[in-house]
Amino acid sequence: MIDTIRSLGRWGLGSFERLGRGHIFLLDTLKGLPWLFLRFSLVVQQLFSVGVLSVLLILISGLFVGMVLGLQGYNTLVDFGAEESLGVLVSLSLVRELGPVVSALLFAGRAGSALTAEIGLMKSTEQLSGMEMMAVDPMRRVIAPRFLAGLISMPLLAAVFSAVGIFGGFLVGHGLLGVDDGAFWSQMQVKTDWYEDVLNGVIKSIVFGFVVTWIALFEGYDATPTSEGVGRATTRTVVHSAFAILGLDFVLTALMFGDE
Amino acid sequence: MPLIKIRDLHFYRGNKAIFEGVNIDIHRGKITAIMGPSGTGKTTLLRLIGGQLRPDRGTIEVDGQNVHALSHSDLYELRKRMGMLFQSGALLTDLTVFDNVAFPLREHTKLPETMIRDLVLMKLQAVGLRNAHTLMPSELSGGMARRVALARAVTLDPMMIMYDEPFTGQDPISMGTLVNLIHRMNDAMSLTSVVVSHDVAETAEIADTIYLLSEGKVIEKGSPVQLKRSSSQWVQQFMQGLPDGPVPFHYPGKTLEEDLFNQKVSA
Repeated sequence: MIDTIRSLGRWGLGSFERLGRGHIFLLDTLKGLPWLFLRFSLVVQQLFSVGVLSVLLILISGLFVGMVLGLQGYNTLVDFGAEESLGVLVSLSLVRELGPVVSALLFAGRAGSALTAEIGLMKSTEQLSGMEMMAVDPMRRVIAPRFLAGLISMPLLAAVFSAVGIFGGFLVGHGLLGVDDGAFWSQMQVKTDWYEDVLNGVIKSIVFGFVVTWIALFEGYDATPTSEGVGRATTRTVVHSAFAILGLDFVLTALMFGDE
Repeated sequence: MPLIKIRDLHFYRGNKAIFEGVNIDIHRGKITAIMGPSGTGKTTLLRLIGGQLRPDRGTIEVDGQNVHALSHSDLYELRKRMGMLFQSGALLTDLTVFDNVAFPLREHTKLPETMIRDLVLMKLQAVGLRNAHTLMPSELSGGMARRVALARAVTLDPMMIMYDEPFTGQDPISMGTLVNLIHRMNDAMSLTSVVVSHDVAETAEIADTIYLLSEGKVIEKGSPVQLKRSSSQWVQQFMQGLPDGPVPFHYPGKTLEEDLFNQKVSA
């Protein structure tokens, strides 16, 4: 019994200590951001590996999610004779919810795990220590550009996901099921509010980008410098990111749409 | 006045003492070796000198500056004058050999690319790898990687250089090359070298002074000749690589007789 309490206490203390380290890490990362104005090329490089290399995954996933939404939405709406509202259903589902959430989950799996593995391997091969001894601060040179790139990429990827998804919904709705294209686009345009829907979706994706990139970079930086340690850190990135995205999505949705 | 002055150094990992009252002087222009069995904290000592770790007690002064009392920016300024060669080489794996050596110059100077090119090729020439400048680190052997790392460590013309186990895992030719390079670089560039190693023959060949560390303390110091003549059994065991002596061959515990003849059935 005492052993159980003791191990529970040890686990609790360890978790709090790690949480503290994570926040100090975030603070150091944020301190490194102003320096990037002088070296924006570093951010551009990372925008490519974090953002551009995730585009194909986002495009394909977005298209299929939109197509499925089109099919499922049509089957429900047709019972009420409201199939012309398919555009609204698809666009609101994507812009408010699925765009930011699914693209963030995909981003965590594709770019987040890659970031953790890269930083973890840099740590285990002493590249980060080597930089410190060359008087180059790895927080500024390595971590901050990746963090900013993640922050910029995530809302753009979510926007691409939503846009392609809406197009997928249109392909199925109009091309396959015969929904009137004018009704699809016009209803979508009327019912989708710029501030209420699009902007809230963008805010969600910025928050998810912030959290996923933070988790991914911290897990890599804090990884045990062995191949097993880096592997575990990569798994933790995907798992913790998924929890954070889904938990924060509920909180943000409650804040944004809870009083409607 | 020594370039590096370590006084009353105490450092703990958890409850385990790594250093307990260590005093070391590293003199300018000399090659000083820090030796001892695996796990005695030799690499930790280099990290303490470089300011990557903080001691629990005691001071480390480099060129008159207390390393652990410096601000973040002052510490980074000091590090520009300190080179370090890591055991793995610590080359940046996404950059070519050329870009690795050019890295400190591009980060800390505003020199034009043409001048950086000349400087990098000169440093690579000194380690015999000028013609390998287009290779990636994954295409280098262990010995070549360390030579590239050495070229990178001296790119900013530091006052001192720290070598972490430079000879470990090297074939005889690479080892000879590295021994020669460390000696030649130290003399040609008026460096101060700190070599952490447990390769007795190679280190004794180039070191002016050797500090032997064990169990958190300096066991002996002196020139290689003095240590080879030492009356200490521990020093003799280490310098001659004897399998048994003050450091026992058997892991401490029960004797063989106790284990064989006094065993209980349940065990």
